[in-house]
Amino acid sequence: MSTLVKNIIRFCLFILAQVFILDRIPPLHQLITPYIYYLFILWLPFKMGRRTQMLLAFFLGFALDSFTNTYGLHTAPCVLIAYLRPFLINFLISQEGAESNYNEPSIQSMGFTSYLIYITVLTLIHHSFLFFLQALQTGGYFYFILKTFSSTAISLLLIMLVELLFVRKQRFRTNTI
Amino acid sequence: MRNIFLFIRIYFTFLFFLLLMGISFYMLFSYNRYHHTVYSAVANEITGNINKRYNNVEYYFQLKRTNDSLVKANEELYNKLKEDFEIADTANRIVIDTLSIDSLRKQRKYLYMQAKVIRNSVNQINNYIELHRGALQGVTPDMGVIGINGAVVGTVIDVSDNYSVVMSLLHEQSNLSARLKKGGETGTIVYDSKTPGILYLKDISKAAKITAGDTVVTSGFSDKFPRGLLVGYVKNIIIDKSSSTYTVRVIPAANFENLQFSYIINNLQKDEPRQLLNKVKNR
Repeated sequence: MSTLVKNIIRFCLFILAQVFILDRIPPLHQLITPYIYYLFILWLPFKMGRRTQMLLAFFLGFALDSFTNTYGLHTAPCVLIAYLRPFLINFLISQEGAESNYNEPSIQSMGFTSYLIYITVLTLIHHSFLFFLQALQTGGYFYFILKTFSSTAISLLLIMLVELLFVRKQRFRTNTI
Repeated sequence: MRNIFLFIRIYFTFLFFLLLMGISFYMLFSYNRYHHTVYSAVANEITGNINKRYNNVEYYFQLKRTNDSLVKANEELYNKLKEDFEIADTANRIVIDTLSIDSLRKQRKYLYMQAKVIRNSVNQINNYIELHRGALQGVTPDMGVIGINGAVVGTVIDVSDNYSVVMSLLHEQSNLSARLKKGGETGTIVYDSKTPGILYLKDISKAAKITAGDTVVTSGFSDKFPRGLLVGYVKNIIIDKSSSTYTVRVIPAANFENLQFSYIINNLQKDEPRQLLNKVKNR
């Protein structure tokens, strides 16, 4: 399947899963709001241009926002993590040259530790910015910090479950074709 | 000049990032509940369509509960029929006041319109409900919405051609004038978004005698809801000695979790008092 088709399907599935499953399950606790949709951004190919990534992240956030009627609330954190993603990838796999051998970030291509750090950092940034924007409107900054950490834990758990359930097969591509 | 172009070329990605951030912040801080934005109207039609498809499936799983609540509502209405009441006093007879019949159209104040709920959220900070009835079917912003059991659900804030978005009572900016049914003290119903499923009734004078389980109804001061519609039941009082008024925790009477149908209330006489009020304010 081509990268384009794969990403279009992913876009739709992540938005639908977020809107119709995660937003509808009864709240586990008042501090926990599970999020999974931004995994779309984390899974974008290594070689995609940075501006394209940000534009896609913008549309992803806007799509979710039009479902939840909170225009801009999810768009801003999405654009932020799409902007920061290349820096983090360069930082985490500077020597191995995995960008050229594999297509997109995964446990297989980055190694378990690097991938875990990659996911944790971006999740934390996404959640803290999102809940900070909410806290600007509603107040309650102590509540905001607690909510960031508890929701990050749940989201990481969800991402790990997704990784285990949907195995992404990645071909090893060498430079010498 | 050349340096400027060079600067733009070097930092183009960063500038693009700032641009996208700027757009999202603009959307975030300009989406006011009273402003109808262009993209929200288009997005409403699209998300409304998707939500309707989802609801077509989901609705089947709730048919039984919806049916039960409709039967209950029907029972209540049957019990209000004129035939249910009889007084042995034969001196009473019904006199039809022809004056009110002649001008019946002007007498009617509230018109109820049914609407199917196609999307509903309860666990967000700001909750919205989406209805499959829009501007073409006579909905305008600022109309009140009640559930099947007659309990207040929210206020219409945004309308597209066939869909409308309702700000639920479980919303930060929701602000409803309500009173205690027993004593008649009025206050304001608000939601603080931190404790799910609990509303707060503020500004109740300390002279009021409140016990748990008291009924809270609409006051009729706002032009969205008629007087005496059910809002909720008192849970407990927050004791705050520094304040001169009570704040009361209220459990909403509307069943937000299982909302399939609702009624939109159209106040046909709201324009005249509004114009009068504006005239006084501008004086």
